[in-house]
Amino acid sequence: MNETAVAAAPVATARPEPWLGRALLGLTFCGPLVAVFLALVLYPIFYMIYMGLDWDIYDAIFDDPIFIQTLWNTVIFVGVAVNVKMFLALTLSALFSVESRISRILSGLLLLPWAIPSLPGILAFRWMLNGQWGIVNKILNDLGLEGYPWLVRRPTAIAAAVVYHIWKYLPFWTLIFVAGRRSIPKELYEAGEIDGTAPLQKFRYITFPMLRNLYMICSLLSMVFTLGDFVIIKIMTGGAPGDSSHVLATLAYRYAFQMGNIDWAVGTFMTALPITLLFIFILMRWVK
Amino acid sequence: MGLRGWRRIGFYGVCAALLVWTIFPVYYMVMLSLVSWEDLFKPRLYVVNPTFENYLQTFAQSNYFVSQFWAQLYNSVAIALMTTAAVLVIGTLGSYALARIRFRGSRAIQNMTLFTYIIPSSFLCIPFFKLMADYDLIGTKLSVILVMITFASPYAVWILWDYGKTIPPDIDEAAAIDGAGPLAVFFRIYLPLILPPMVAIATYAFLYSWNEYLYAVLFLSGEKHITIPVAMGNFLATDDAPWNILMTVSVLYSIPPVIFYYCFRRHLVSGLVSGAVTGV
Repeated sequence: MNETAVAAAPVATARPEPWLGRALLGLTFCGPLVAVFLALVLYPIFYMIYMGLDWDIYDAIFDDPIFIQTLWNTVIFVGVAVNVKMFLALTLSALFSVESRISRILSGLLLLPWAIPSLPGILAFRWMLNGQWGIVNKILNDLGLEGYPWLVRRPTAIAAAVVYHIWKYLPFWTLIFVAGRRSIPKELYEAGEIDGTAPLQKFRYITFPMLRNLYMICSLLSMVFTLGDFVIIKIMTGGAPGDSSHVLATLAYRYAFQMGNIDWAVGTFMTALPITLLFIFILMRWVK
Repeated sequence: MGLRGWRRIGFYGVCAALLVWTIFPVYYMVMLSLVSWEDLFKPRLYVVNPTFENYLQTFAQSNYFVSQFWAQLYNSVAIALMTTAAVLVIGTLGSYALARIRFRGSRAIQNMTLFTYIIPSSFLCIPFFKLMADYDLIGTKLSVILVMITFASPYAVWILWDYGKTIPPDIDEAAAIDGAGPLAVFFRIYLPLILPPMVAIATYAFLYSWNEYLYAVLFLSGEKHITIPVAMGNFLATDDAPWNILMTVSVLYSIPPVIFYYCFRRHLVSGLVSGAVTGV
């Protein structure tokens, strides 16, 4: 015990704060937050699990070829969109960590897709890809190539959704990686310079090891977010052609609100819930 | 940093490609909002006869598709503002407890906010729909606001808490010695100090709600009661939708978020980044 500790002691005992009092105070301040969580997160989840306990639902939806195709669509959409986007974001972040006026101006303009709400952007893409009056086919025709009914064929309809996803979210993740790169101590690169390290080796031995955790967390986080995406497919393709381009959320919406089959919609989300919860728990451990 | 020769050309080449890729869809959206109905079906890279007719029709509500534009705009603004107010209350109170009071159960509260932040909101749409139907809230603004509060609050708490932790604890203790109770400390000391991140949080909550489509489409119906994005989605129900007017509404609907993002860019990005980067 030193003098300052002794001197501080009377203050601490003057206002005794038992743990129970503090817990009550803390929970009071967190009251609204906890109430929202219990009533509007936990209760709905258990409500859904309760509704999804009926095994007949799964027998029925796994017999529906559209459901199986939707599972594949979701895996492809999430897998391709997120991974291509993250790889591009990591690559582009190198461009923006080069200090120059151009990259500063460009990073401002790059924010535009992120700032614009989803619907306007998706609608613009949809009209640009229109088979008859879209600018994409017009440009192809001008170049002497055949136009293509992009949104009327399953592979290109899903590809269009992937392209829009990358367009919209690439800026955000690029900025995250730029910040990640800036947090790497400059001394590491200076030491590398003295040793005469080549640029690619710098990436291999300094940048990537320092960014690996961030990259993994961001990829997983983005996958979970994208797994629940509704608006891109709903507005870009509406599930067309013939319900072949649905993802989980749009198919569940169709089951519940267009076919009046709430159970099947619950089954659709319940099928994806285990892997989603697994991802969420991995993330929660990593982020800590 | 000096780039020379091929690397310089490569750098500018990538910058130019990136610029075209980023700007073109936005440029095309604005351009389509300026073309007439006839020109809509003659795709071009530029406008030949620009017209503000689409904007005038939208403001005057003289086209069937935008006959309730102002009511829908009001609904979007009202829902976003109420969400923002509620998220600010929940966020500041919760973050105060987490950042300034050491108490049992704070760990659990941190976990549940993180969980709510990560889980995709659409996964809960079926039970939410049942819940709102049970309480007879379908068709009310409150139903959408409640869902928006649920998913926007965790991030608010997180960012404010991150900021609140950096305020030295001596300030609270000094106030406590002077006889200030927890509420007085919250209002007179904590709130003024966390004002900067509160601006970012308010922007975030407003835009989260402004951009929402799924829950608005689920809970709201009737031309007078829906929000702007729902009305835009409804254009697609018919084959002869006036896309030039749809793009006009798109531009108008995008203006507030773009202004917000550019004004508060520093706050928003640094907030988001500190969450992600310090988490590593």
